[in-house]
Formats: sequence, C-alpha cells, structure tokens
Amino acid sequence: QKVSVEMLDHLEHLALVDFRDSEGVERLQKAIQFADQLHEVNTDGVEPMDSVLEDRCLYLREDDVTEGNCTKELLDNAREKVEEYFVAPPGNIPLPKLEERDTFLQGS
Amino acid sequence: AALKDRLRSQVSAALKEGRVTPTELCQRCLALIKSTKFLNAYITVAEESALKQAEESEERYKRGQPLGVLDGIPIAVKDNFNTVGIETTCASNMLKGYISPYNATVVQKLLDQGAVLLGKTNLDEFAMGSGSTDGIFGPVRNPWSYSKQYKEKCVPKSHSEDEESNWVITGGSSGGSAAAVSSFTCFAALGSDTGGSTRNPAAHCGVVGLKPTYGLISRHGLIPLVNSMDVPGILTRCVDDAALLLGSLAGHDPKDSTTIQDDFKPFELPNLTDVSKLSIGIPKEYHAPGLSSEILALWSKAADLFKNAGAKVVEVSLPHTRYSIVCYHVLCTAEVASNMARFDGLEYGHRSDMNESTESMYAATRREGFNDVVRGRILSGNYFLLKENYEKYFVKAQKVRRLIANDFMKVFRSGVDILLTPTTLTDAAPYTEFIQEDNRTRSAQDDILTQAANMAGLPAINIPTALSERGLPVGLQFIGRSFQEKQLLTVAKWFEKQVQFPMIQLEEVKRHDNGVFQHQKSASFS
Repeated sequence: QKVSVEMLDHLEHLALVDFRDSEGVERLQKAIQFADQLHEVNTDGVEPMDSVLEDRCLYLREDDVTEGNCTKELLDNAREKVEEYFVAPPGNIPLPKLEERDTFLQGS
Repeated sequence: AALKDRLRSQVSAALKEGRVTPTELCQRCLALIKSTKFLNAYITVAEESALKQAEESEERYKRGQPLGVLDGIPIAVKDNFNTVGIETTCASNMLKGYISPYNATVVQKLLDQGAVLLGKTNLDEFAMGSGSTDGIFGPVRNPWSYSKQYKEKCVPKSHSEDEESNWVITGGSSGGSAAAVSSFTCFAALGSDTGGSTRNPAAHCGVVGLKPTYGLISRHGLIPLVNSMDVPGILTRCVDDAALLLGSLAGHDPKDSTTIQDDFKPFELPNLTDVSKLSIGIPKEYHAPGLSSEILALWSKAADLFKNAGAKVVEVSLPHTRYSIVCYHVLCTAEVASNMARFDGLEYGHRSDMNESTESMYAATRREGFNDVVRGRILSGNYFLLKENYEKYFVKAQKVRRLIANDFMKVFRSGVDILLTPTTLTDAAPYTEFIQEDNRTRSAQDDILTQAANMAGLPAINIPTALSERGLPVGLQFIGRSFQEKQLLTVAKWFEKQVQFPMIQLEEVKRHDNGVFQHQKSASFS
C-alpha cells in the first residue's frame, strides 16, 4: 500500500527535511517494503534489546563541575549571535500548510 | 626506515635509534600524499600542524624521552572525528568549514602519545554508505586500481579506454582511511564501524581493519550515526600494529558513558604456534547469495588451513543472519533520525539564509546541508518511529536484534572460540559499475557479512588474505567474543603469518621510498 500525501507531509514536518521529488517518495516506499520483512520473524516472548551492554551498570560520575567556561569557543561556531545568545528567527510561526508551501508534494 | 615498514617492529625502533627522524617521516608522508592526490583519500591535510608535531617529537627523541611507541608516528583520522583546529566535515555541506573546539577522545589519546596527525580522511557523507563514493568531496579511489597487480590483469575493454575509467572503489564508509594506510601515506588510521564501515574498505584495500567490542573504545567526539552500534575502527598494515593502536585507545572514558569500566591492559600479541586447542566456527549462513566463487574457495581454503594445523573446525549456524540487514535498516534509520536532529544551523554548521521562522530556517538549512542519502534515512527513520509504527517496526527490530545477538551467544557457549567468515561478497567493483545501484541497495548488499557483529557488539577483524583473479585484495573476517580482543588478534596474527598477503606494488611509493631502508619481506621492490 502506498503512503498517503498527508503522511508524507506529516513526515516532512516532523523531520524538517523534504522529499524533494518523486524519487524521494519512492525511496521511502522501498524502505518500508524492505522493513516489512521483519514481520517474518517470530519474536514471541522476546524482549527488545536497547543495548548490548544491558547487563552492566551505567557509569555515574560525581556531580562535580569538571569543565566548562568555554562560551567563546562555543559561540565561535555559530553564524548568528548577539552577545552570548544564539539568535533564531521568530519561533511561533508554523510551517506553511501543504497547499501554501513550495513543495513538489502539492502536485501529488 | 621505509614508509611501508611495520610500526612497532621497525619504524619505532628506527626512530628511537635515530636512523630516521619524525620530521623526515612526516615530510615523506606529506610528499606521498601530494603525489597520490588523485586517490582523493584526504579531505584536509594538516601540513603545518603535522610538521610542528613532528618537530616537537624530534625534540623528545633527542632528549631520549619519547612519549611511547607512537611518538612521531604519522597517522590519519576519518573526517567524522572532531579535531581542534582542523576542519571536521563528515563529507557534508552541513559541516563544511566547521572547526571543532574539542578533540575526540581517541584523537586526544593519539596526540597525547606524540602521534603526528597528518589530516582527515574522506568518507561517505556522515558515514552512510559502503563505497566512500557519496561525500561532497567526491569518491575515494582504491590504491590497488593503480597497482602493478591490478593493471596486469586489466583487459582494456576498448582501444581508447585508459586507467581513468577502470579504477575501483575502496568500499566504505572509511574508504579514505583505508586508502591512506594502503598507499603508505600513514602508518595507521582511524575509521568508524557501524555496519562494517572499517572492515569493508579494509578488505577491498588489502589492509587490516579492526572493529573493537562495543564499549571498549570511547565514542566521545565521534559524530554519531547509530549510538548503540558505532565504534571507532582501527586500520593498519599488520595485526601487531592494530594491537598497538588498540592498546593506546581502549579504556573507560568518563565522557562516554557507554564505555565499560573494567580495567583495560594493553597487550603484546604472542606468536601462536599451536592452534590445536582452538575451535573455529564456520557459520553456514555466511555463504550468502552473491558470494563470489573465488571468495568461497578462499574461505574454504582458510578453514582447511586451520584444520590441517590441528584446530577444531566446525560448521555452526546463526539462523537470524539474513534478518540483520533489515533489522539494521530500521534501527539505523531510527537512530539517524534522532542524531541528525541536532543539525539545525543554530549553534554550528551550515545555516540557511532563510529567516522567516525557526522551523523554515531549520528546514531550509537541512535541505541545503544534507545529501539524498542522509535525507532519505532521516525520513525513513521518522516513519518507523511514528506512534502507529513504533511497535511494529522499531521495537520489533529491537527484538530481532536480541535474537541475532543470542545466535552468537549460543555458538560461543557451545565451545567455539572464533568465527571465520568472508568480509565482502566480491572484490572491489569498478566505480562506474558501483554507482549503477543506489546507496541503500549497495549498503544492503555489502554490509551483509559485517553487520551482524555490530548488532551483537562483538569484536571483528578483516585480514587481507589473497589477491583475486582481477589482482585485487580479498579479505577474510574473524569474529570473537565480547572483550576478547587479545584472543581474536592472536588468532588473526597467526592467520596473517600463514597467508603472507602480497605487498601492493605502486609506482608512486617506489619513487618516494627508494634506497633508504628495505625491510626483509620486500621482494616486490628488489
């Protein structure tokens, strides 16, 4: 079954990455088809595995400050900044709806 | 000392005895990098800083106080490890021009021991790929394409065709590192391994490629692909050198909570002579569709080698092997979707000029910064992580992962010490042929023999074994038990000694290395 345009739009929204063209959509369809092979495997009673180190205790260090004070180095890599702030464009503006956006998905 | 010498046994001794200086070594490597530029193995060559490091090393040797065996040794690092003062790009527009404020732990460890960092090597964008062909700086060329061995076997298809179109890929994604080691421009290189990215190019480039146990070497500073599977990889020209590098890099890092806390003791490899107590497992599922008859024969020959030497060789089964690629596909894309979320243009990396809103700036930045492969994986990953798909795909894949890991546990518990498998399905493909299929298809095909070890977190190593009919390297893989690198490398070293893999005969190296110091095995340069 094919992925709906609404789903594609939803994914573009979540990922903030676009499909760019029909090839991108094809790629997703193929990826889903490929992943469906997983359902051939019987996993009854099997626990999901998060980490191969699951039998070990995670290392916890003391809550002491051991490094930091590198504001200048960190800000050096940012393009837009003001004093010690990273500057972002206004945040409470949602991405335009599918109909209004400049995306190839509109044509689908 | 010659550039093709072995690190521990020859170059280090030569440095200590003053027969060669770190500056000389560094200059020779830099010159060779220049003359092998067509390989496109390096993204950034840090000439100035490397020479400075070499000078400092030389001072230490003069005072009789070298920092260790690695002092003055030229090495290269894959461009997905953070390095201070040297661009770290991950072969992506997203990080072009990015200069990290910190060194990855493994890089820092090498520098602390006096190693000379020559530069950053080329890779597939964000380490996604199995050819080292999909980065913004172009594909890496396998040095063997220019070897006497390959050229002799090459039948030009047409009168006008020259070696320009015949060159073969390095494999990937650590192709630049593998090519750098293979062409003698450095003595060792760091790669990364998530699905085979160190072992695959090692096999195609005829070098040793070690994937350590997950949790042994720090990932702090390695730009992550799949947090639960990534490991730094080690590429060298012999097993002893790999053990040496491992000794310098392994151990708990407080900055990486996924490194184990057990004490790690660096080791020297014994010269194994008696393999009669060894049990070698041959997993039948690794006789995968597409495995070339050549490699199958080589694998069989290797098994016989162990048998004839007195080892116990048994066929074993890892029944879920064929699902490891599908499992990987889901887990990898899911983790990628999460890991790539940090690239939004705000704190570092590329930032779009789009300024209408935060979201549109993020979207435009990511549109401009990522290639198709990366974007494709992010979108797939997001699909598998949707609420309605989470159980069906992501959790399901995690369950299958446990089954794959359990397969290995069962086999090791039954008394098998080491598994012997092929590393790749075929020898290196010509670039023009390789690019006929897309990245995902290629990765799915090429990772099939290497991926499961990442799934289970086990150590694995590629050992160059023989040349194919086309004159290209073919390697075999050994997979060991968790944290049993010493045993794995000991067996690998024994095998390496038995097969006596031929040295690459490259015109460029011959020119650079004439006269000075030939080591015993160099029949090819006589």
